[in-house]
Amino acid sequence: MEKTMICILCPVGCHLEVDTDLNVEGNRCPRGIEYAKKEMTNPTRTLTTTVAIKSATHRRLSVKSAHPLPKEKLFACMAIINNVLITAPVHIGDIIVPNILDTGVDIVATNTILNGDAASG
Amino acid sequence: MKKHDIVIIGGGAGGLAAAQGASAPHLDVLLLEKDARLGGILNQCIHTGFGLQHYKEELTGPEYAQRAIRELEGLPITIKTNTTVIAIEKTTDFTITYTNESEGETTIRATACILTTGSFERTRGAIKLPGTRPKGIITAGSAQRYLNIDGYLVGKNIFILGSGDIGLIMARRLTLEGAQVLGVAEILPHASGLTRNIVQCLHDYDIPLYLSHTVTDIRGAGQLRGITISEVDANFQKKPHTEKHFEVDTLMLSVGLIPDITAFNGLSFAKDNRTNGALVNQTFETSLEGLFAAGNALHIHDLVDDVSAESLLAGKHAKAYLENKNQKAASHIDVLVDEHINYCLPQRIQCTQDTDPITFSLRVKAKHEKATLKIMQGDKVLMTRKRQHLAPAEMERITFKNVDRLDDQTPLSLKLEVS
Repeated sequence: MEKTMICILCPVGCHLEVDTDLNVEGNRCPRGIEYAKKEMTNPTRTLTTTVAIKSATHRRLSVKSAHPLPKEKLFACMAIINNVLITAPVHIGDIIVPNILDTGVDIVATNTILNGDAASG
Repeated sequence: MKKHDIVIIGGGAGGLAAAQGASAPHLDVLLLEKDARLGGILNQCIHTGFGLQHYKEELTGPEYAQRAIRELEGLPITIKTNTTVIAIEKTTDFTITYTNESEGETTIRATACILTTGSFERTRGAIKLPGTRPKGIITAGSAQRYLNIDGYLVGKNIFILGSGDIGLIMARRLTLEGAQVLGVAEILPHASGLTRNIVQCLHDYDIPLYLSHTVTDIRGAGQLRGITISEVDANFQKKPHTEKHFEVDTLMLSVGLIPDITAFNGLSFAKDNRTNGALVNQTFETSLEGLFAAGNALHIHDLVDDVSAESLLAGKHAKAYLENKNQKAASHIDVLVDEHINYCLPQRIQCTQDTDPITFSLRVKAKHEKATLKIMQGDKVLMTRKRQHLAPAEMERITFKNVDRLDDQTPLSLKLEVS
């Protein structure tokens, strides 16, 4: 199956065509070939979202995947993350979901929320 | 009345960097922020892509905000959060009235003032959308705040008008949270947002982008029921028989940002009708002495990294203003642009002994490949730079070093030669 895509490695944005044998056309520099091959064989994306947090000051804690995740697993990861409830305090980089879906990738906090008192929440 | 040397209004990315730049052991610097937390809009921008230039690392918005806040640790800066500025006037000094819970309404004085108040989103009224006026029409930034800060999804079936970056980022975010994003319409023949966002937020989720299309009808009484989009011609007039109908509960608008300086209408300083922000010289000083502006309050940036860099510089110049206050006012020359350039900052140059390089930030009007940027004075070409790729969505920066070669009588002009 032939696929068209736009290379996003620089602002030029070459329109690439890739066939099943991973032949790339339309690239104006060699980096486009690598980009197209990765997109065809193992596309990955960093996932960013939020989890519920018990805290006096915040309702949501922002999180991210510490490394890019396989693109086709993003929705399955969201389903797990949306069932998480964290209690403050939390620090940037704290692991919120270890090794999500056995990908070897942790979901980590991207914010520090110190106030753990939910009384006024 | 308490007197401060420099008061910075707005504690987002711009204000944090401006405070860092302005800070000095002998100066009394005060930072005012209306929200409970510093960091501004960065707090709701939970996606990555920030900091690659400024911190040489890819960060999310909240991570970037924490970095910027941590840089102020140990510096002699007073920070007041939950504090809203309600009036500002200038006589010899600035008189600033703010209000907060502990102090009530308080008036202070300042020698210099930096506006880093960010921007606001254009709304339905600004683009004159036709149709009924039901609930369910929301700006992308508001929807982002509801979702990422408060935890509420604004709708289930969503259409997005405008291909600005926040709208694109929200298309992906809403999709991941289970909403159906039926499409994005852009009135221009090209996308407004960064290419990487078109690819990773729309293409990844098969969300169609309708270029040269806009919303031509809104239906629903009370609650939004549906919208119609139509193709437009080169003059943005609706083409007949091109209607497409969508059943949606939410229409999200991502149709541009405007510098938020309305709170300072009481101050008389020159504005640039292309940026909707202040007119500044290379020190980011406005036409009102001692008043500086930076970040999105000055002109809309694509990258927060550029906001930080610009605001840090504005802070440093405000500090220098305090230190050299008794120098007599210098003459200015205007910076002019040709028909290919939408706007350029600074709009004028202060002619002083100072020969620091000047960085011009500009936006072109259309996409160009292989163009040449020239900085000229009269017929004299002072600098030439070739560019492989220029687009309205990507701010271009060009640094001019030979400031000592400028003649202080002739306007500077920026020209773009396109092939």
